[in-house]
Amino acid sequence: MLQLLKNIYRLGIKEIIGLCRDWLMLVLIIYSFTVAVVVASKAQPDSLNKATIAIVDDDQSQLTHRLRDAFMAPMFLPAKQITQHEIDPSMDRGENTFVVVFPPDFEKNVKAGNKPEVQVNVDATRMTQAFTGSGYIQQIIQKELNTYLKQAVAGQDAKYVVRNRFNPNLTQAWFTSVMQLVNNITMLAIILTGAALIRERENGTLEHLLVMPVRPFEIMAAKVWSMMAVVLVASAFSLIFVIRMFMHVPVEGSVLLFLFGVALHLFAATSLGIFLACMSQNMPQLGMLLILVFLPMQMLSGGSTPRESMPGWVQDVMLAAPTTHFVEFSQAILYRGAGIEVVWRPFLILFVIGVVLFIISLARFKKSVA
Amino acid sequence: MKEGTSVQEGTAPAVSFRELSLVYGKKTVGLDSVSLDIPARKLIGLIGPDGVGKSTLLSLITGAHAMQKGSLEVLGGDMRDVKHRNKICPRIAYMPQGLGKNLYFTLTVEENLQFFGRLFGHDAAERRRRIDRLTKSTGLYPFLDRPAGKLSGGMKQKLGLCCSLIHDPDLLVLDEPTTGVDPLARRQFWDLVDNIKQEQPNMSVIVATAYMDEAQRFDWLIAMDEGKILDTGTPAELLAKTGKDNLDAAFIQLLPEEKRAGHKDLYVPPLEISGDGGYSIEAEGLTKRFGSFTAVDHVSFKIREGEIFGFLGSNGCGKTTTMRMLTGLLPATEGTAKLFGNSIGNSSMDIREQLGYMTQLFSLYGELSVRQNLELYARLYRIPEAEIPLRVEEMMKRFQLKEIEHVLPKDLPLGLKQRLSLAAAVIHHPKILILDEPTSGVDPVARDLFWELIIELSRRDKVTIFITTHFMNEADRCDRISLMHAGRSLTCDTPAEIVKQRNAATLEEAFIGILEDADPANKAEQASSMTSEDVVPEPEKVQKELPLWRQKLDKVFSFQRWYSCFWREYLELMRDPIRATLALFGAIILMLVMGYGINMDVEDLSFAILDRDQTVASQNYALNISGSRYFVEKPPVKDYADLDRRMKSGELSLVVEIPPGFGKDLDKGNSPEVSFWIDGAMPSRAETINGYVTALHQKWLESRHPEANNTGLVSIETRYRYNPDVLSLPAMVPAMIPILMLMIPAILAALAVVREKEMGSIINLYVTPLSRVEFLLGKQFPYLLFSMLSCLLLIVMAVTIFDVPVKGSFLTLLFSCICYCVIATGMGLLASSVTRSQIAVIFLTMIGTLLPSVQLCGLTNPVDTQEGMARIIGEIYPTTHMLLISRGIFNKALGFSDLHQPIFVLLIMIPIILGLGVMFQKKQES
Repeated sequence: MLQLLKNIYRLGIKEIIGLCRDWLMLVLIIYSFTVAVVVASKAQPDSLNKATIAIVDDDQSQLTHRLRDAFMAPMFLPAKQITQHEIDPSMDRGENTFVVVFPPDFEKNVKAGNKPEVQVNVDATRMTQAFTGSGYIQQIIQKELNTYLKQAVAGQDAKYVVRNRFNPNLTQAWFTSVMQLVNNITMLAIILTGAALIRERENGTLEHLLVMPVRPFEIMAAKVWSMMAVVLVASAFSLIFVIRMFMHVPVEGSVLLFLFGVALHLFAATSLGIFLACMSQNMPQLGMLLILVFLPMQMLSGGSTPRESMPGWVQDVMLAAPTTHFVEFSQAILYRGAGIEVVWRPFLILFVIGVVLFIISLARFKKSVA
Repeated sequence: MKEGTSVQEGTAPAVSFRELSLVYGKKTVGLDSVSLDIPARKLIGLIGPDGVGKSTLLSLITGAHAMQKGSLEVLGGDMRDVKHRNKICPRIAYMPQGLGKNLYFTLTVEENLQFFGRLFGHDAAERRRRIDRLTKSTGLYPFLDRPAGKLSGGMKQKLGLCCSLIHDPDLLVLDEPTTGVDPLARRQFWDLVDNIKQEQPNMSVIVATAYMDEAQRFDWLIAMDEGKILDTGTPAELLAKTGKDNLDAAFIQLLPEEKRAGHKDLYVPPLEISGDGGYSIEAEGLTKRFGSFTAVDHVSFKIREGEIFGFLGSNGCGKTTTMRMLTGLLPATEGTAKLFGNSIGNSSMDIREQLGYMTQLFSLYGELSVRQNLELYARLYRIPEAEIPLRVEEMMKRFQLKEIEHVLPKDLPLGLKQRLSLAAAVIHHPKILILDEPTSGVDPVARDLFWELIIELSRRDKVTIFITTHFMNEADRCDRISLMHAGRSLTCDTPAEIVKQRNAATLEEAFIGILEDADPANKAEQASSMTSEDVVPEPEKVQKELPLWRQKLDKVFSFQRWYSCFWREYLELMRDPIRATLALFGAIILMLVMGYGINMDVEDLSFAILDRDQTVASQNYALNISGSRYFVEKPPVKDYADLDRRMKSGELSLVVEIPPGFGKDLDKGNSPEVSFWIDGAMPSRAETINGYVTALHQKWLESRHPEANNTGLVSIETRYRYNPDVLSLPAMVPAMIPILMLMIPAILAALAVVREKEMGSIINLYVTPLSRVEFLLGKQFPYLLFSMLSCLLLIVMAVTIFDVPVKGSFLTLLFSCICYCVIATGMGLLASSVTRSQIAVIFLTMIGTLLPSVQLCGLTNPVDTQEGMARIIGEIYPTTHMLLISRGIFNKALGFSDLHQPIFVLLIMIPIILGLGVMFQKKQES
């Protein structure tokens, strides 16, 4: 038993030394836990940000000018004045996401209570902006009209207040930076272990190990723990120094609890990496399998789009993917400050998934070396 | 057979170098200021111990490695001059060290030869003629359809030689061509070289070898040691100089004093058979079948404790398979193999502890230093921690590894690697040693040192030794040898007895005789190679003169060489059906999964009410929200603690808190305040929820005061263009195409080049007229075809399965897709030209494509809303432009004129990306 642990330890150390010798890998690992996280967080603006808007003003009245100026930064870029004919080409080219059209005699008709029509054209291929943006435009127009006409808000017999919990200003960077970290953790864990195993097989070192007093279980466990350790250290660094200290994203919950969960997830992800490596005969095959498995796992985990909007069967299938539970507890701990009393469930599920994957991989691994 | 030749005055030397030096890394010296003229039209032998710079010198001469210091002239020109290198490249042939290093194992013999023929610009008829001639004279003709990987070692080397000879070189460079090849095949190989030499007397041949008996047949020898040249001359001259009767001894004599110190003639004491008569290794009817092929056919032997048992046989006769069964790596189909009377299973760790093993190919860790490797193996063999430093020292001393203890094995020459493997195999003082060709590629001195150890282990420590070898003088030292052929054991006796039975003069003769008797085909093969001159009428050069413009063009870019590369890559891809299938259908599978899975419409949000009023009015308000299709109601929240807990776990995305006295305040007109608690963890979702509840609140207000009509100042008409129903699919599907068509082609192309680097066949780029542009574009093209096809399938799928019609110009879409696929595969090539290992390139390509294309290119947010680095990357990344094109054509019904700008950007990007790829790919090793 002691010998078993010793072997696992030593083979793992060997993996780490080998990794340290490959400077390009180190650069890539460091990059993906620092620069990539920062860059990605800058890519997703806070809700509606710098949306392009243009105005077709056939009225040119005081009211329409006032309305035009109401579309302000940071939500909108300064509104451009265009003509009726320019609407189609400019939207076709993707220059303007929104085009607001004020008809002739707009102000006159408003004052006369004729309910003139304001047309808002929305480029619906830009899904996220399209939704929120058109809502904002309606609100802004209503508000401006009300103040312009000094019309009291009638019948407002109940008010409402919105309290955004966990992220009061809905700062998008808080979300993307952490989700980027979560994605990179998964990607790295799978690639590192999978490729390390294939390399060992292609170089013949695997066969040599098997003649020695070393069990397949030990070889696999060594790969799992060493790559877990590498990624765990990298993610701890990224979370504490890059996300919290450099980007000033508040981390609500316990970092230690999160890292414990990361370890559970890594257990599952590295086992998956070994499983994929056993399924493929060479590195190019592994490369293809990686994309086929990783991409859906990432996109459907709930880290990019809300889980509840996915079709039921996708939600069910994705319950078997470790990333789903990883994203779930990451959000709970890091944003909502949840403790173990809340996240024990995803932890437990992850552990079970990890054990199952490990056992399946071990069986495949044993079969592939026999 | 070739008589007294020395450097003839008046003929220009084939190779001439002055003060040539080369240093690997920072300190490993490959060559140390050597100067020499190598005569032309001779068979030159390069002899010397391992790692003294033989291979280094050869790689410089062929231009495979970039020069550092000194001057070097080959075939009358300076090798520093690119023009000269390009000019003479077609006149040099190089066969690198290692079995079949320049071959492609998935390709057949014919295809390998065709590949090289095309590289050197022969037309189809000329290739056919040359291939037939070469294969007939080497006995490979019957095996034209066999994949190179399935050839035996000797045949691989013959094929390698054929590939080198296909273009009638003036200078043939062979680096240890017969290492790891059995005596019969070796003899055939040298007969072949002699024949060729006779046919083409103008050809100069330079050979590095570790077999001194081979050196005997060369015209002129160069003895090297430690990066320096010890002596040169004909074999006879060298023998005379040293006063020895064989080259082995002569060479040892040439070595400096301190190297010779440990060497003495070996004596093998007779084996004392102990009384108990215990057997260490027993094999009984051992048989292994792979499908219908019987690799090992009822092999039996019993090996006594302390016996040295030699296992001989041609390459591919089942020796390695037998060893794999003995070590428990491979289960036997029939029969039993026992070590110490026990059969070895998965869990027999104690037996394995007694076992030392060395594989044929180097199988230690290239990324650990020599010392670290030894320490790791010592620990895995359960040597007590305290003893390890001692053992490691002992091994390093015995195998002379001390000087290189911190060097990484991947930088070591073959001979030193073998020594390290040996050291690792005996570090734990095993009871049984199983060694698969342990001395291939090891120099004579080191081989004797190794045998000294073997003898000591066997006689003093009673270690049983099971060894395979191709050296007959080593076989002679074994107590008993078994001769294997085609899976069967032909004979098993002491070497002396075997020689006696065959009435042969030497063991080698006996060996060859037995083999030829066993397999008449072998004899025929040899015969055909001996009489090659009859088979082959010396060809007239019938190569047509090409027009001048073609010749000029060919210097820059030869269509034929490009085609050769493309065709080879294509074949390899087709031979790997799993990879080809994934390349073609991977994108489609992903599109199906994600097209249905990703949904931007936020629905079915979970919410609960915290009703602190519990009146009709408050229930009415709650009903207004739960009636919405966007929300799914969960059991009401009891109190703030409950709210906190349930929101933290993510169970609730929205909690609507109705204050106490809500109903009363409403009646009084006190404007009570409802609170919406929204989970802000996912900001975009929170934003959407916010929009929904605001609208619902408004609706509730209106329903209470239908007469107020306070929203009636204007009517706002929102038109969602291009996607009137604001569905996810029409927006997502056109966006997925650019993302999928980037990642998969990129990773496929990326691995193609790096794989050659790892496998060693990249050498063909270094030493053939193949230019970098031809090489990269040729490799790219099959993947381009595959990705184009895959892209077409995606478009068809979008239209049929997802019902997203192509509203705009289909031709424009197709044209942009072609450009984009060129870029995607080009990015893969770029990634692979800057990396060396397959892991790194997978990782680099994933990071380089997945991240930017999904997040920075306007998939969800337009690029102009991004900031800093993200904005810059987003602006220049090709996916951004392809997204504009794809959405424009699918959703906005656009044509070429509307999209000329992004298409133009794509067109500009093609030469930039491919150019960078070519720039980073080196034409010489450095």
